Amino acid sequence: MSVDWNAFTPMTALAGGALIGAAAAMFALFNGRIAGISGVLGGLLAPVKGDLGWRVAFVLGLVAAPLGYAVFAPVPGPRIDAGWGELVIAGLLVGVGTRYGSGCTSGHGVCGLSRLSLRSLVATAAFMGAGFATVFVVRHLTGL
Amino acid sequence: MPILTSLLAGLVFGIGLVLSGMADPAKVLGFLDLAGRWDPSLALVMAGAVGVALFAFAVARRRTASFLGLPMRLPTTRRIDGRLVGGSVMFGIGWGLAGFCPGPALVALGMGQVKAAIFVGAMLAGMGVFELFERRAAPSAAKA
Repeated sequence: MSVDWNAFTPMTALAGGALIGAAAAMFALFNGRIAGISGVLGGLLAPVKGDLGWRVAFVLGLVAAPLGYAVFAPVPGPRIDAGWGELVIAGLLVGVGTRYGSGCTSGHGVCGLSRLSLRSLVATAAFMGAGFATVFVVRHLTGL
Repeated sequence: MPILTSLLAGLVFGIGLVLSGMADPAKVLGFLDLAGRWDPSLALVMAGAVGVALFAFAVARRRTASFLGLPMRLPTTRRIDGRLVGGSVMFGIGWGLAGFCPGPALVALGMGQVKAAIFVGAMLAGMGVFELFERRAAPSAAKA
């Protein structure tokens, strides 16, 4: 393993992470809920009465975030290397997997670890391990 | 009021994702590529987020109602089973393929990225598939 010191951005990573943590904190303390994006989204597909408004609002907040960021600084453009086919397969896997696993990077990763949940630690280890393995296979074994 | 705090939580969460660089799949894949030139940033994002949210959940778990008087809906399940691990592994494979998890995909969608829209469409389809199978498996427990 060699660290890419040019790509490593410790200060913005910590500051951005703190904002994510603050958002999760606010959501838990004011709304009494876990800021788990897959759960918030998934709940929109099986709507329960009185449950739609806050879910739509949270998703709108996320989608509007680049606009909010642009008030302070230019928004850095993302680099999406995956092709259309890969994106469709990846999207399906993420959609089905996060619902069966009851969470994603936010619900299990950020919130679950903050709650000291063993269940979320196991889930986080599983998806991180699978992510490491997948990138290893794609980049270093198949030579794509 | 819960809708407003939800919108704000989503917005702050998303701004954190942009600032930390996690809305950029190339940067996420740089973290997942342990055997390549490794970018440790994602680990610091998690550390920053957990470092802040830890305190909020310590307060939240002792409360029966949120600051807005809403019932606390934090998870109580502790079960670690095949569903949790299998779903998380499936999610991790998808995450490693495209570098997108649900939150960053929604933020990149807000940047007007067509590829993010394809991913989000497939992800919602995957979540829809989950709902269909869940309803078929337990029709009595299905939500209206």
